[in-house]
Amino acid sequence: MELLAFGDTGWGDELFYATLMTIAVSITAMFIGFLFALIFTPLKLSKNKFLNFIANSYTTIIRGVPELLVIYLFFFGGTGAVMFVASIFGYNEYIEINAFITGAFAIGIISGAYSTEVFRGAIQSIDKGQFEAANVLGLNKFGKFFKIILPQTLRLAIPNLSNVWQITLKDTSLISVTGLVEIMRQSYIAAGSTRDPLFFYSFAAVLYLLLTFVSMKLINRLEVKYSRGY
Amino acid sequence: MDLELMINSFPKLLSAAVITLKLLSVSLIIGLFIGLFFAILRLNKNIFINRFAYGYSYVFRGTPLLVQIFIIYFGLGQIEYLRSTVLWVILKEPYWCAIIAFALNTGAYTSEILRSAFQTIKPGIIEAGKSLGISNKVIFYKIQIPIAIRQSLPAYGNEIILMMKGTSLASTVTIMDLTGVAKYIISTTFKPIEVFIVAGGIYLFMTFIIHNVIKFLEKKYSFN
Repeated sequence: MELLAFGDTGWGDELFYATLMTIAVSITAMFIGFLFALIFTPLKLSKNKFLNFIANSYTTIIRGVPELLVIYLFFFGGTGAVMFVASIFGYNEYIEINAFITGAFAIGIISGAYSTEVFRGAIQSIDKGQFEAANVLGLNKFGKFFKIILPQTLRLAIPNLSNVWQITLKDTSLISVTGLVEIMRQSYIAAGSTRDPLFFYSFAAVLYLLLTFVSMKLINRLEVKYSRGY
Repeated sequence: MDLELMINSFPKLLSAAVITLKLLSVSLIIGLFIGLFFAILRLNKNIFINRFAYGYSYVFRGTPLLVQIFIIYFGLGQIEYLRSTVLWVILKEPYWCAIIAFALNTGAYTSEILRSAFQTIKPGIIEAGKSLGISNKVIFYKIQIPIAIRQSLPAYGNEIILMMKGTSLASTVTIMDLTGVAKYIISTTFKPIEVFIVAGGIYLFMTFIIHNVIKFLEKKYSFN
């Protein structure tokens, strides 16, 4: 227990901040994933073959390639890409991108591929009559989407989105390879300096279990809220 | 685009893919037995056995695979007692540590897949077996298991693909699998996009093959 003391003598405060970092990265990545899903779900449902092809390539490639490989691509390639864009504007100094942004973006793209599939499935399983009824009521495009389709989509999507959240949360452990100090990285540092890897990695496992447990409880509440009409 | 690098790195990455496939197949086989064992425990009416099996799958599904590998590879070596036993021969090898972690991880997911497959078998089928005077053991091996396998094929196919992606974590414990070699080439040439295209292409090809094999099996063993 001494090892977990707060302050200079233990690793308690460091691990506490690392847990907050894991939560922050997960939420940011999930949000970025939603933005990607917002772009790619309509493309998937579109009748245009070419747009379909783009969206399908995105979800197939990301879901078929290991997360770690995607992270390496962003970690090693991100700086190069930003510097290339900067050089077009005449800026040739070395630019280092923040590990948080690279990590959240890499995990976000992965999470987005799963979210896209979830939203596509949810929208497709909404009864055709709902779209027709919305048309009959004379709602405009926005009203139709936000008042009729979206609430029903959310109800159907929440159970699967909770799976996506779990995957995203666990994937953030992989960002530790880029040096961002989240739970995994902090445990690695602590294990190295105290020579007690068994304790610190087991504690990391407990922290992750705690996070998945608490988030499941919260998501269950959301589920109840969105299905109150049924 | 550095085409020459892509062509040159292809054979290296391909031979690393063999290691990925080895890791995958060995851990899947061990994981299948672990999964079947725990699925049967989950169906047990004894609450302690039941809870134990549930706890196993909850812990392994609720924590990242990376933590599991690190606990087994870095953590277990710390126990002095283990170092003096025969087990140390296995546990000092990163290759076997990775396989143990993968097998336990996929075992947890497999046990959930098989459990739900067992539970969806209609009681009428088992009753029909009983009324024909077939013993419980034979009902289990000849009726329940084949139906459960057929039932769980689609979900298990997904699990195989997830596990194939999971094997990439072996590279964090010094194993030069497909991702390990890809990372090595990226960090020596600083050409991430080219290497990603080749390595990612090999992964996608393997996903494609697995996907189609499962689809074929599903058709072959479908009830109609």
